[in-house]
Amino acid sequence: MSGEINGPVPVGLTGDADAAGTDARFVTAREMGVAGCTRCGRVWPLETDVCARCGNTIVSRDRKSLQRVWALWLVGLMCYVPANIYPMLRTRTLAQVQEDTIVGGAVELAQHGAPGIAIIILLASVVIPLAKFFVIAFLAVSVERRSAVSYHQRQLLYEVVEYIGRWSMIDIFVVAILSSLVQLNALAAINPGPASLFFALSVIFTMLSAQAFDSRMIWDAQSGREETEKDE
Amino acid sequence: MSDTPPIPCTDLIVCPKCDAAYSLQVPPAGQRAVCDRCGQVLIDTRHKAGLQIIAVSVTVVILIIAAAIFPFLSIQAGGARNSVSILDSALAFSDGPLIALALLTAALILFVPLARMMLAIYVLTPIVLDRPPARGAALAFRWSEALRPWSMAEIFVIGCAVALVKITDLAQVELGPAFWMFAALVILVVAQDRIMCRWSVWNSLDEEPAT
Ligand SMILES: [Zn+2]
Ligand SMILES: [Zn+2]
Repeated sequence: MSGEINGPVPVGLTGDADAAGTDARFVTAREMGVAGCTRCGRVWPLETDVCARCGNTIVSRDRKSLQRVWALWLVGLMCYVPANIYPMLRTRTLAQVQEDTIVGGAVELAQHGAPGIAIIILLASVVIPLAKFFVIAFLAVSVERRSAVSYHQRQLLYEVVEYIGRWSMIDIFVVAILSSLVQLNALAAINPGPASLFFALSVIFTMLSAQAFDSRMIWDAQSGREETEKDE
Repeated sequence: MSDTPPIPCTDLIVCPKCDAAYSLQVPPAGQRAVCDRCGQVLIDTRHKAGLQIIAVSVTVVILIIAAAIFPFLSIQAGGARNSVSILDSALAFSDGPLIALALLTAALILFVPLARMMLAIYVLTPIVLDRPPARGAALAFRWSEALRPWSMAEIFVIGCAVALVKITDLAQVELGPAFWMFAALVILVVAQDRIMCRWSVWNSLDEEPAT
């Protein structure tokens, strides 16, 4: 138990320190015949439909959520493809008109002596979105079959995806600032390309997909195999 | 096994992330109650948090309105000059289908943070004054929480930094007063989020609070 805990005591706590790390110490709300509201935390009997405090639907496990996760995931992925094919920025200077895709723009930056910024853009626009597709798919698959990855690690993966997904919007904001600011009549102008719309949609749908995932299922899948797993 | 739980529901707290059930003991102000199983913070009370949140929220509302009006950035190159406000940069995508993106950007960096601050003020003011909750307070707080991931002012600031580096060799950039206001409000938005204990707010919105 961590030191700062002073409040809740696990209902099933037996005082057996040996059990640390396994599920034996914890009684889930479902086993007690109650369900917690995922929005406001109020506890209700299992048969409750709607939380009287906040109006949220009460479900012990949102199994149907997996369908929503996959549907939103797929839409996000379908938007991500054109986001990388079409130009993100259209730069017009006196000499030329240049169109840059997400990756092309980052490569350009790296060549012009701003490798740090190029790395930020590549992280936010390529690495994070791709990693998110993988992690969400992995989590959705892992709750339906046995997984070699421990529940703590999967919970951590889920939290990281939920936290970091929003940061992919950086590139959209960069495009917004550049296209409004760089409007210097004949001299130079920057305009957004069609990829910006697809990219924004991709970020939004993957955020919704991650939000639709019911993380309580991660811990359920684990409860069924108490014997083998020995994580500390 | 009986169908009814032995402990009344109001004496329980359930982790929303992993479903572990605990008997509810509210920690003293300044201490947190953390889920032992998954590490989720369940309760995070703070002394006078309500008043602090309201003060921060009012400041942020003023800063957002001011930052939207004053010049944000301006550039100069070869005699040509352009100055924009935050609203201008949000509405940059204004041709054709990109208009949807313009509205979305404006919402993510200005209107969602603004709405969340005003909802927080609406919900918390009666609580701090020891009055019964405002009409529709539960609905208001529900919206405030639903909008939480969509408040992206802090991400916009990083976007600004990247954009500035990108155009330094193209033109000369000046930071307007709105830029500094926006930087300040981002810090306050993050602070407001950190000091608010969701459990305490929901609990005080209950007709029959658990404690
Ligand atoms: Zn509720
Ligand atoms: Zn937990």
